[in-house]
Amino acid sequence: MAGLTINGVTKTFGDFDAVKDVSIDVRDGEFLAVLGPSGCGKTTLLRLVAGFENVTSGDIRIGREIVSTAQGCVPPEKRRVGIVFQNYALWPHMTVAENIGYSLKVAKVDAETRKRRVEDAMALVDLKGFGDRRPANLSGGQRQRVALARCLVAAPSLVLFDEPLANLDVHLRAAMEDEFAAFHKRTGTTIVYITHDQAEAMALADRIAVMDNGRLAQLAAPRDLYREPANEMVASFISEGIVLPAKVLIPAEGGHVKVDVLGQEVVVRCRPDEMRRAEAKICCRGPEISAAAPDEPGIDGTVRRAVYKGGVARIEFAPDADPSVVLHFEQPDPNPFEAGARARVRIASGWLIPGGASA
Amino acid sequence: MTVVVAALIVLLSILPMLRLIQEIFAPGGTLSTAAISAGLTNATTWVATGNTLVVGFFGTALAVILGTSVALLVTLTDVRGRSAFVLCYVMPLMIAPQVTALAWLQLFGPASPLLKMLGIAPPLGSRNPLYSPEGIILLLGVQYGPLVFLLVRAGLRKLPRELVEAARASGAGWFTVLRTIVLPLMTPSVVAAAALAFVSCVGNFGIPAFLGIPANYLVLPTLIYQRLAGGGPAVLGDAAFLSVLIGLIAMAGILAQEMMSRRRDYRISSTSLAAEPYELGKWRVPVQVVMWCLIVLILVLPLFGLLLSSLVPGYGIPLTAATATLDNYRFVLFEYGAARRAFLNSFALSLSAAAFAVLVAIPVAYLVAWSGKKWVKYLNLAVELPYALPGVVLAIASLLMFLKPIPFTGIQIYNTVWIILYAYLARFLVLALRPTISGYHQIDRALEEAARVAGASLFTRMRTIIFPLVAPAALAGGLLIFMTALSELTVSALLWSSGSETIGVLMFSFEQGGDSNYASAISAITVAITFVLMLLANLLAAHLPSGVLPWRD
Ligand SMILES: Nc1ncnc2c1ncn2[C@@H]1O[C@H](COP(=O)(O)OP(=O)(O)OP(=O)(O)O)[C@@H](O)[C@H]1O
Ligand SMILES: [Mg+2]
Repeated sequence: MAGLTINGVTKTFGDFDAVKDVSIDVRDGEFLAVLGPSGCGKTTLLRLVAGFENVTSGDIRIGREIVSTAQGCVPPEKRRVGIVFQNYALWPHMTVAENIGYSLKVAKVDAETRKRRVEDAMALVDLKGFGDRRPANLSGGQRQRVALARCLVAAPSLVLFDEPLANLDVHLRAAMEDEFAAFHKRTGTTIVYITHDQAEAMALADRIAVMDNGRLAQLAAPRDLYREPANEMVASFISEGIVLPAKVLIPAEGGHVKVDVLGQEVVVRCRPDEMRRAEAKICCRGPEISAAAPDEPGIDGTVRRAVYKGGVARIEFAPDADPSVVLHFEQPDPNPFEAGARARVRIASGWLIPGGASA
Repeated sequence: MTVVVAALIVLLSILPMLRLIQEIFAPGGTLSTAAISAGLTNATTWVATGNTLVVGFFGTALAVILGTSVALLVTLTDVRGRSAFVLCYVMPLMIAPQVTALAWLQLFGPASPLLKMLGIAPPLGSRNPLYSPEGIILLLGVQYGPLVFLLVRAGLRKLPRELVEAARASGAGWFTVLRTIVLPLMTPSVVAAAALAFVSCVGNFGIPAFLGIPANYLVLPTLIYQRLAGGGPAVLGDAAFLSVLIGLIAMAGILAQEMMSRRRDYRISSTSLAAEPYELGKWRVPVQVVMWCLIVLILVLPLFGLLLSSLVPGYGIPLTAATATLDNYRFVLFEYGAARRAFLNSFALSLSAAAFAVLVAIPVAYLVAWSGKKWVKYLNLAVELPYALPGVVLAIASLLMFLKPIPFTGIQIYNTVWIILYAYLARFLVLALRPTISGYHQIDRALEEAARVAGASLFTRMRTIIFPLVAPAALAGGLLIFMTALSELTVSALLWSSGSETIGVLMFSFEQGGDSNYASAISAITVAITFVLMLLANLLAAHLPSGVLPWRD
């Protein structure tokens, strides 16, 4: 077991920065998810940790040992990390047992011990009796379990997952998700888990690192990420957050502040040190928006679309104050909103996105 | 269209093979085993078969070792100058085997201008060390190493990097990864390459003809040649038996490959980027030096030797600034009548074969790639057959077919240049067909369907939509045919007659008559033409599916 420290790491391909000045400290035994849109550098970060690519600057430590610096790096075979790939990467010319026992064989573990440990690993992922099968004759979920067993068997200090569930169907995903969680609990291994599925990241991880264009946008626990996004990118990326321009009217008090949003005064959550400012942004989400009576404080505008989704309708609402933004929320039956009609909504609360440099 | 295509392919591929088989089992129309037993009881048959197998096996082994090592180095490591190296390494494949043989002979023989310049030539009259089975094996390895290289490299490129990385993360060092992951996964490619090299080695005529005949070391193709040269049409039955024997040996190689690749499942299902090249670090420079030494050894020196001996005024005369002369070139280009004829013949033959193949390949490939009918698969196989089997087999089959005048018409093409053309058409069609098929696979079929919806007939679609799209691939195939046919020897050595000499035949007869200087001059000219054509083909490269031009990386 070991923690992982990524310190100011940049990786450049040609003149393109795939990873830019990323620092992450993963605690021993922590489950860290790395989340981000396609092409943001997640896989590159993982390959840097595994040692398949070398850093352009910065350094990476596993446990206490420095494994990557711009000057040179420990080769992957000496790092004792396990990897589970999106496409499983099982060797087609070996049986399941041979696949799983490969690292032990390479380490010249004697046949007796090897057999026992391979069987233990297979039992752990519920694949007893599959030892003589070939990977080609397994289902997707079984293949992924073999890949998991293959990386467990060597008792790695750190396990890396690169979108391990992306190739599986929805049902299997849920089952494998439980399996990964159970595995983490049982072994206490440090895990770095890459995904672009937010629900998966939220369900599994202790903390989530959100990446954007090669940069680390925010590193926080799932709940904080949802409630207190550090910048606009995270705010809009996580759970379809709505980012709205706002004016901070008074300095923060007790973690709350009064802001003016599209003409409505709202009390939103915020960092304790927020000051009065004009060009602020808040983030709010569907459940925080609802219909308002004409005499209540609220925002006037036009209903753009109303799509019935069974029990609820998804409403897209364009406020008069700024028709370029869209507020969307779900309205339970009965639905008073009609496409094209005038309406009034109100924002119950939200989060003041910290300004400027604190992002 | 379908009927015309099918008839053409029956005429070119199936009929000659049937005729050959008939000759073996029912010579003259009645069932008999006389031809077989006569062949089986002849001792020289067995000696030649043994020799064929020996040079076939060892030549293949050498080609596999060379080709695979080079493929591994070029694909998996970070050596520099890759495309230049690939171009040079694949070159011998583009040069006719007898030219390779001649070049090496000029390099090592007692009359070698290069050795003489260096002052280390053996005394005149001593034996050239290449006149031996070892020499044949060496040159077969050099000639067909690139063939193995191309197939193994294609396989390596499909190797997903995750398979390698998973092994490295499991603690395996580079050598272990190579031994336990890369090479086992490459078995199908290596085995397929070995089978192809084996077929090429046992069917090769040029190398054992130049190196084996002087040492009286006969393999089946050279034995057939000698029999026919000595006995004429009277011994055709005999030759037919021998050629079927080679055909069987070649097919045994292919079957062995089939069986081996069935034994285990090597299917690589996922697609991904290719593996990161392995950093050779301080070994990079030494490895590059060794690789370029290999090029110098197998390409530069032999061609240099060839060039030098084409400049020497006569056998054994040392080459100096004073003795160097272009007389040999003048003689073969302008003075010797048969030579001029040979150049004309070869140009006309290659050009017609190439043009015909391009025209036929486009509709045939259309059927193969897009029709999806089952019998089309057999059609494709039938086209592959005359090229897959050694050239001698097709040559003998053509002789048998056209020895008598063509039925109903009374036209006699035996002993004319037309019989060579027929054999070229049958043999080389596949060289244009393969790239054209892959060209079709790259085109979105919707393009044609859109034209069809717009009301265009099949012929209009062919002309306006399909031809422009696949033309580059088909033309590249035609160019390959032209290059191959231009200095072809195996088929024409058996089919030529006075008046229908080809460049290959001319080279061969000069060399047999002891006029190596003339042979070298002709070879140098063909190598130069090949270079120019390769450059021309490169101009097409941007419009071609990858892999059509073997020397392009
Ligand atoms: N070897 C390479 N050479 C050049 N550019 C590369 C290389 N590897 C990755 N990139 C680029 O770096 C960027 C980040 O790639 P990366 O694979 O890390 O994205 P990702 O976040 O894993 O995306 P996805 O979710 O689609 O897997 C991409 O723009 C990619 O094109
Ligand atoms: Mg990725």
